[in-house]
Amino acid sequence: MYTLAVWCPDWPVVAASAEAALLPHVPAAVVRGNEVVACSAVARAEGVRRGQRKRTAESQCPELVVFDYDEVRDARLFEPVAVAVEELAPGIEVVRPGLVTVAAQGPVGYYGSAERAAERIIDHIAARVGVEAQVGLADGLFAATLAAQRGLVVPPGGTGDFLAPLGIHELDPPAEHREDRAELVDLLRRLGLRTLGAFAGIPERDVAGRFGRQAVLAHRMASGVVERPRVRRRPPAELSVTQTLDPPVDRVDAAAFAAKALAERLHQVLADRGLACTRLGIQATTEHGEQLHRVWRCADPLTPQGIADRVRWQLDGWLTRQRLTSGIHLLQLDPEEIVDAGALQLGLWPGAGQDQGEAAERAARAMVHVQGLLGPDAVLTPVPQGGRGPVERIRLVPWGDERTPATDPAQPWPGQLPAPSPATVFAAPEPVALVDEAGGDVVVTGYAELVVRPHRIVHGGQARRVVAWAGPWPVDERWWDDGHAVRAARLQVLGAAPNGEELAFLLIRAGGKWAVEGVYD
Amino acid sequence: MSRSATATLVALGVDATGESAMAPARVLPVRGELADVLPWGGLRRGSTVSVRGSTSLLLALMAEATVEGCWAAVAGLPRCGALAAAELGVAVHRLALVPRPGRDRSEVERTVAALLDGFDLVSVATPVTPATARKLSARARQRKAVLLPFGSSWPGADVELRASFGPWSGLAEGHGLLATRTATVHAGGRGAAAREKTTTLPLPGRASPELPRPVLRPVAG
Repeated sequence: MYTLAVWCPDWPVVAASAEAALLPHVPAAVVRGNEVVACSAVARAEGVRRGQRKRTAESQCPELVVFDYDEVRDARLFEPVAVAVEELAPGIEVVRPGLVTVAAQGPVGYYGSAERAAERIIDHIAARVGVEAQVGLADGLFAATLAAQRGLVVPPGGTGDFLAPLGIHELDPPAEHREDRAELVDLLRRLGLRTLGAFAGIPERDVAGRFGRQAVLAHRMASGVVERPRVRRRPPAELSVTQTLDPPVDRVDAAAFAAKALAERLHQVLADRGLACTRLGIQATTEHGEQLHRVWRCADPLTPQGIADRVRWQLDGWLTRQRLTSGIHLLQLDPEEIVDAGALQLGLWPGAGQDQGEAAERAARAMVHVQGLLGPDAVLTPVPQGGRGPVERIRLVPWGDERTPATDPAQPWPGQLPAPSPATVFAAPEPVALVDEAGGDVVVTGYAELVVRPHRIVHGGQARRVVAWAGPWPVDERWWDDGHAVRAARLQVLGAAPNGEELAFLLIRAGGKWAVEGVYD
Repeated sequence: MSRSATATLVALGVDATGESAMAPARVLPVRGELADVLPWGGLRRGSTVSVRGSTSLLLALMAEATVEGCWAAVAGLPRCGALAAAELGVAVHRLALVPRPGRDRSEVERTVAALLDGFDLVSVATPVTPATARKLSARARQRKAVLLPFGSSWPGADVELRASFGPWSGLAEGHGLLATRTATVHAGGRGAAAREKTTTLPLPGRASPELPRPVLRPVAG
């Protein structure tokens, strides 16, 4: 993924100096375990280097101010920088104090070009926090970080060429303090691989064969292959909006009015930052201190109307369903997951089978309304997936969640029954008696055969004569896993009631008992 | 609603069938065999069509419309087989299941009313009082949705479909696989649907365009 990295040079020193209110012309260094891990530009000019011993550094530069390494301080002071970046480009990920990345697509698209986006971010950080930053763009976090350290914009696809001439030591960034990486770099250098390009030139399978997993990861980084997905950052608390209701609201129409105003405010706060909300937390406090909270997940970014609807429906649900002892007097909306408003317009309804249009929108609103009345799990949408039985071949997804199958429907599933499937299915199979002429249980052998002819089936208190049957089809699921192995067999049975009416059953036998899994009605 | 008003409505529906090529949205499509027994040649928006006797028939009735882009909801049928629905031609990504539409009657009424606001087809399998049934039918009429009560009797249904079945084919004593059976669907109702009509179709089994439409047999009623 094309990534934008924002890098603050010498961050540990910048953070330490800022906290100590040290003037910028005073040389400073941060020391960890008697070794210099970062130094300011002034100190560098005096000959202080990273990796030097503390005493050597002090002899190079007698007026050097030395700070102890403190990760907490670095992180704490970096937060305003992260926020400044987030104001311009939502969805940031703080890689470590001093380094932030964000998907480049959003800011580049918004500001027109990578250079302009970089310039804008650097200016904004300087204006907001007064910290010097560099921006770089390239494919993937590793390359983007190196680009940021050089203040470069590497065009998409050009990452391999950008990385190739760089020294092999770039694989071991000092800020990450990784012993294993240092060893690997040392080893590669001794093998004569002095550049990332030389290392990337070795086929991956050879790297995997010679070195360990870590080396494969490093090899991918050197080749410009993206090494890990970015995680979205939770939005800060300031995006929440709160409203005190005076007098407290206990009627639905009054709640609807309050919801509308609050929704508009939340939307404004988000829109000002180019954001949209896909998970909305609604929180209400009653006069007697009862706390109510529910989170709404949405497949699409919420419009002001969408937010107002959900708040109104939620309040409606609370006021009419729960026996509240007093009216609601405090209402808070928290955007729990935010997305770039621009980026989302492209992938509004991702995945096949999700359609746009007026009908889909109306249905979506109705489903959300019902979720407000009955809870988020009340509305389910079926997603076909892989499996053998009719129940496991459908995944029921609460509306608003991602509609992805848990198992691959395209894979072969030995033992899967062909169509037709039963129109009525029992998620928890119901016990049933299948007996032979003498009234004994119809047993399935280890070779998946019936020993006797089934004669009668008794389900729900009604006995039917068995007219026809087929199977049993054995199901050996997860036979490799002792704990979860399922040994079962399925049987189709056609029963006739005394009045001649036929009913076809899908039976399953597990643990020595027959049960109804479906009825073909 | 008075009898003459009902008749006028049905007459409007019949008119809509006549001009369905121009305004297809007023009547939702159904597979050919079922179109023959419905007075409007499909499911007219705003109507109530009750279905009894077969889940497959209910699903088959909704299939064509969902393929055309309509959304369907099934409330109160926790054992609805979505896989069978897909096999019967329902576009299951436009199908929503509300297995438990409420704990009491008023909650069920509110849920179904909310579904009628947004869905083109709403099936209700939870028994309701006659008063609620009339309210929901009125809501469907107002929202131009099709209400499909399933299982129990529904006062005020425009059409009632009942299925009876012939023997299953494909399954024998110890071998074979269930294949299909012939469903005989009887349609009765009020107004234009008052004259009982009957059609047969293979169920389960998808409507296939190659098959000729079955010929209507008039039934002495």
